Amino acid sequence: MTEKYNMPDERGHFGPYGGMFVAETLMLPIQELNAAYQQYLDDPDFIAELDADLKHYVGRPSPLYHAERWSRTLGGAQIYLKREDLNHTGAHKINNTIGQALLAKRMGKTRIIAETGAGQHGVATATVAARLGLECVVYMGAVDVARQSLNVYRMKLLGAKVVAVESGSKTLKDALNEALRDWVTNVDNTFYIIGTVAGPHPYPAMVRDFQAIIGREARQQCLDQAGRLPDALVACVGGGSNAIGLFYPFIDDRSVRMIGVEAAGDGIETGRHSAPLCAGRPGVLHGNRTYLMEDDDGEIIETHSISAGLDYPGVGPEHAWLKDTGRAQYVNITDNEALEGFHSLTRMEGIIPALESSHAMAYTMKLAPIMSKDEIIIVCLSGRGDKDMQTMAQREGIEL
Amino acid sequence: MSRLAATFEALSKSGRKALVPFITAGDPRPDFTLPMMHAMVEAGVDVIELGIPFSDPMADGPVIQRASERALEHKMSLRRTLAIATEFRKTNQHTPVVLMGYVNPIEAMGYEDFANAAQRADIDGVLTVDLPPEEADECVALLKARDIDPIFLLAPNSTDERIKKMDAAGSGYLYYVSLKGVTGAGHLDVADVESKLNQIRANTRLPVAIGFGVKDAQTAKTVASLGDGVVIGSALISKIEANLDDLERAKKEIVELLVAMRQAMDN
Ligand SMILES: Cc1ncc(COP(=O)(O)O)c(C=O)c1O
Repeated sequence: MTEKYNMPDERGHFGPYGGMFVAETLMLPIQELNAAYQQYLDDPDFIAELDADLKHYVGRPSPLYHAERWSRTLGGAQIYLKREDLNHTGAHKINNTIGQALLAKRMGKTRIIAETGAGQHGVATATVAARLGLECVVYMGAVDVARQSLNVYRMKLLGAKVVAVESGSKTLKDALNEALRDWVTNVDNTFYIIGTVAGPHPYPAMVRDFQAIIGREARQQCLDQAGRLPDALVACVGGGSNAIGLFYPFIDDRSVRMIGVEAAGDGIETGRHSAPLCAGRPGVLHGNRTYLMEDDDGEIIETHSISAGLDYPGVGPEHAWLKDTGRAQYVNITDNEALEGFHSLTRMEGIIPALESSHAMAYTMKLAPIMSKDEIIIVCLSGRGDKDMQTMAQREGIEL
Repeated sequence: MSRLAATFEALSKSGRKALVPFITAGDPRPDFTLPMMHAMVEAGVDVIELGIPFSDPMADGPVIQRASERALEHKMSLRRTLAIATEFRKTNQHTPVVLMGYVNPIEAMGYEDFANAAQRADIDGVLTVDLPPEEADECVALLKARDIDPIFLLAPNSTDERIKKMDAAGSGYLYYVSLKGVTGAGHLDVADVESKLNQIRANTRLPVAIGFGVKDAQTAKTVASLGDGVVIGSALISKIEANLDDLERAKKEIVELLVAMRQAMDN
């Protein structure tokens, strides 16, 4: 295939995946959103404002850091970390919320809603809402409210209302359901900032485009620092926004392998995991067709991961397409392996990664040693681990 | 002529409107549904919408969400919903049954297997909340080839263009969701519904059933006068929820509400 990659089609399809599977009330709002997005995508004023915010408010470009000690210890490929953990609010999520909030403002919306799992997207949304003076409501599964209480407090400080969702499995998917319900009820004044490359078209394409700054920077930085393109990209996949953000600008660079890391929880074989690409099958949820974790009757099953941000039964439809076409590979990492990745990076490089990102670190620990010393891996360090201190301490029986 | 078309035509000839209850299959227990369906027919309903339980009912309010959860606790599924419909048909050949739900259980079964199974169960219509006409070509073709009516939703913000699209893709009737929001939310605004119905009528000749927010006999009467039928969901399911320890009483209260609506609508 030499053709330039050009997905999705105009109705948001990545092959059989993606699309607009929504109730009628949401059809008009997503069409309006798409029109606004298409308009501002090429609007010089919009782009200038976005770029200025990314530079002065988020702190971009984020460094591409050569983790020399870690690379040496693992004894193989040179590992470069794309430092999204250094962004304002501590994760890649703000790249997207800044973009969507500017759109909301241009569309004249006065109220912002969001769903969140780990709370990183909720914090990033509450942050931009505070800055723009917009009302903000964040839906969060009750289970996640309990395990990410630090982020709940941050959101409240920022002036957001956090609603604990008690339905279903009380995690990210249920928060998304509840946000969609809010949106159909308040479509006139409300902008829904989805935090990952999920949801109906145009969200998967729009969130990708806002996150693609990760890969654009990384590609140039790698050329500048190492004098060539990397051999492999590694990123964790929850909904898949940090991964697609890194991968997308490299899709036409055929020599660059792209590897997404899903959460295997207690292990794929136990059924207690969050790895739809590795162990699920295609279906329709939250507005798009993609790989899902479901039972034989098409009911969505409960997921498990130590990291709230990966605890989601679906995945962005573009990843489903990249998997089927073989352009990207998807692997999985258990909770215990992720913890090894967490500790290894912390002790070797003095960088404490988020538990989500730790899955990418753990896979890098398997991949780097089987590659040669002159090969390069770029790993997306999607967020910092401060939010996970409680979870970690609890696991080790320490009271903070 | 399909059973749905015949039902709406007969009603129209006698100057009456369709009373369309919605219950979730298997709520609160699988064995409650079949006798409830027969009792609703005796109470005077014209069409039954039977909900397929789904783990993630994004367009539903808390009442119908909990109905799904109760049904799923008893392992209710699309297959078992079809089995209930099959049983119902053994003793009732005249009341149309419309399956209503989300598309994923249907995708999991496979569109073609589902269409065949629905035909065997003598299902009259299928309404999938999250399958708009844009994504429905394959499913609609399979259903229509088996004389099953695909039923689409219209909303307060549906444009002329979209109403025409539903008119082309759908058959049997169109379902007008009378307020922006989830099922079971607030009360509908009659003046709004009336003006919207004028717009809908200008773009389709299909019968229009109106639902969302109809809770009592008086509203049912008013709404019925604006459309061709009225759908009652959360108000019925609330009766189940309020009487989980006495299901005979739940059934009785549902029948009483439907009888009151029937009388109000016919007078
Ligand atoms: C630090 C971090 N990384 C990754 C994720 C997973 O999301 P995505 O797959 O969309 O990047 C999250 C989600 O909360 C996160 O907080």
